[in-house]
Amino acid sequence: MAQTTALTHTGEALALPEGWQGIVADWSSDQRAFKNVPWGKAMMWIFLLSDTFIFSCFLISYMTVRISTTVPWPNPSKVFALTIGGTEIPLILIAIMTFILISSSGTMAMAVNFGYRRDRIKTAALMLATAAFGATFVGMQAFEWTKLILEGVRPWGNPWGAPQFGSSFFMITGFHGFHVSVGVIFLIIMATKVLRGAFDHNRPGFLTGRKGTYEIVEITGLYWHFVDLVWVFIFALFYLW
Amino acid sequence: MAHAAHAETAYVPPAEVPDVELYHPKTFLGKYIWCQDAKVIAIQYAITATAIGLVALVLSWLMRLQLGFPESFSFIDESSYYQFITMHGMIMVIYLLTALFLGGFGNYLIPLMVGARDMVFPYVNMLSYWVYLAAVLVLVASFFAPGGPTGAGWTLYPPQAILQGTPGSGWGIILMLASLALFIIGFTMGGLNYVVTVLQARTRGMTLLRMPLTVWGIFVATILALLAFPALFVGSVMMMLDRLLGTSFFMPAIVEMGERLQYNGGSPLLFQHLFWFFGHPEVYIVALPAFGIVSDLISTHARRNIFGYRMMVWAIVAIGGLSFIVWAHHMYVSGMNPYFGFFFATTTLIIAVPTALKVYNWVLTLWRGNIHLTLPMLFSLAFIITFVNGGITGLFLGNVVVDVPLSDTMFVVAHFHMVMGVAPILVIFGAIYHWYPLITGRMLNEAMGRFHFWVTFLGAYAIYLPMHYLGFLGVPRRYYEMGETMFVPESAHFLNAGMSVVALIVGFAQMVFLFNLAWSAFKGREAGRNPWRATTLEWQTHESPPGHGNWGPALPVVYRWAYAYGVPGAAQDFVPQNLPPDRVATAADVDHEGVRGVAVQPAE
Repeated sequence: MAQTTALTHTGEALALPEGWQGIVADWSSDQRAFKNVPWGKAMMWIFLLSDTFIFSCFLISYMTVRISTTVPWPNPSKVFALTIGGTEIPLILIAIMTFILISSSGTMAMAVNFGYRRDRIKTAALMLATAAFGATFVGMQAFEWTKLILEGVRPWGNPWGAPQFGSSFFMITGFHGFHVSVGVIFLIIMATKVLRGAFDHNRPGFLTGRKGTYEIVEITGLYWHFVDLVWVFIFALFYLW
Repeated sequence: MAHAAHAETAYVPPAEVPDVELYHPKTFLGKYIWCQDAKVIAIQYAITATAIGLVALVLSWLMRLQLGFPESFSFIDESSYYQFITMHGMIMVIYLLTALFLGGFGNYLIPLMVGARDMVFPYVNMLSYWVYLAAVLVLVASFFAPGGPTGAGWTLYPPQAILQGTPGSGWGIILMLASLALFIIGFTMGGLNYVVTVLQARTRGMTLLRMPLTVWGIFVATILALLAFPALFVGSVMMMLDRLLGTSFFMPAIVEMGERLQYNGGSPLLFQHLFWFFGHPEVYIVALPAFGIVSDLISTHARRNIFGYRMMVWAIVAIGGLSFIVWAHHMYVSGMNPYFGFFFATTTLIIAVPTALKVYNWVLTLWRGNIHLTLPMLFSLAFIITFVNGGITGLFLGNVVVDVPLSDTMFVVAHFHMVMGVAPILVIFGAIYHWYPLITGRMLNEAMGRFHFWVTFLGAYAIYLPMHYLGFLGVPRRYYEMGETMFVPESAHFLNAGMSVVALIVGFAQMVFLFNLAWSAFKGREAGRNPWRATTLEWQTHESPPGHGNWGPALPVVYRWAYAYGVPGAAQDFVPQNLPPDRVATAADVDHEGVRGVAVQPAE
């Protein structure tokens, strides 16, 4: 996968130095600062950087209100425990959700690999599997929300302590769940396009008049891995703290 | 490699990206309304921003009327005055300046100046405009909502922003926050396009250090915006939840009219941090494009290469980086930890170094230049003076001990209007006089332009210089009227009245400018190609004004930097970026011979 040479549009290799000199050469060159990186992929990376700032602001704000509130914070291990077969298991639902989401990153990575091998069926199947994992995650989140709402947790208050617990919880998991849902929709759209062979015939891509290519599978994958990574931070900072 | 930017090279690397196919509109609607051409999107942005800017202008008149002649106007009361200042500030900073610099100039100039056919994703670019328009419409809707627009001040500080008693705490604040969120979504779509176009879609020979400073300014400002707007987005979402769902992110326990509100334990200071983490980079989101554009205007109209091009680029990058670690200098009196104040005062003063460097380089570019006192040059000179003025008062306010007594006085108002109001707007005017011939093919009327310049420039000083003095007297900002205040002398009231009269006159001069824009589009003198004899690519297009796809059959090839003015041995005093080196000495009049379309296929 790792190419050390960039290609011209006619496929000839551009001789480029390695290592640090290569980075300097790329940035001081004309046309492209990131050689062999298609426009869509560069755009997704920069979008993810911007989105990182959004999630950072959400998480830092949550940590700030958690520190500044004068009322005790509810104990996440208790709040997010499920009673299964008579025993209370802390964080069991979240553990399963996390496992499912991380697994979906695996299927996504495989989909990208098969995409570059032009294996339409396997790519589409793996993308749909990823979407199914994502949908399961959102479904379990809906279950968790329902359970907490039934127990009396509201954005403006809860039975166990600081009202900011509910507000932060619904806001942050809601915003993340929204990202996962968008990802699921995109995965389904792109999987359909892969199955139809839209990228083999360079039909226009999504939200653009440009020709579609298999790179869109990797771009969707970038977004998906990002959403997973954000979940790890939410898991650590909200549930484990 | 040390001076690669200056060096002219005949070598042109092979093309790495195939030429793109563009969407070709077939109908009038597709060509001018639902248009994917960055140049048309730029005009759409500019018209919308100007229209909402006119609203802000009228609002400024209304509040100047109240300040100059208190108790004279029955249609202005305390509530409406607060609504005027809030909406004036918000519209000017975000919906006019940010949208015009990045959405307007960014869209028009980036693809042309880097030699691209269009932005990398034209469809997303189009969506960006329509979401921006939606944001503006939601904002306008708040004027007609029950209770009117929000009057919380443009900083929207909680808790007062969402409490009853603040004007517009019903619908006004909700629509304001929704409009901001929409604006940010729309801007992100456009901003991603600008950044990727600069990074990945330059033409052959166009290295980063051959780009005109205009592109550098807009490019770095866009990166700032993509990283700073998230904080405002998050702040808006959280305040919206506080307002609509009764969460307590920003709301502490409050007793109102003897009644305990349901809020409990939130942090108002958190909002201030979020707001200013956006708010300070925002200053540079407005200033950096102005810095870049004014560099090009000065260089072109003084017929001299920009002094210290690389320094100018690195100064833009350094200012951009530093702008993220100075935000809390807006919060010295907020009650935050005083040690914070020490840190932020230091970083604030450090940012003066690259900024001063830029000012020196502008002056050194003018030094012994062949200065043509054209309208763009007049506005550029006015910018330098105004920016120095506003910048120096910024050094006052950056120091905690000086800021504390001056906080929330008219001095602050005068400072930020000089440095991020008047100064960037002067550049916008200069830029419009400079690029209007490119866009329409006709020159703006010179007489009307000079009238506009002198009234605007002198008028701005007549308004804001006395305002500094009022600030020193201790006249507070955001006050509806002074009333019987003992420490404000009678002369201050007289000054206030004078400033208000001048504000009306300056506003009138803008009407002349708008009339000039409309009139010259049909009756203006034919500009011909490249009337300013500029080197940059946007003037070297196949057809003029540039058509759809910008470049005709083949993309331009760049051989040198953008500042080849007065090159020894050249046939004329400027060498366009895409003129092949072997023709520099002979191309006597590239204006008529036309560089455009020629030599796009270089001898390998």
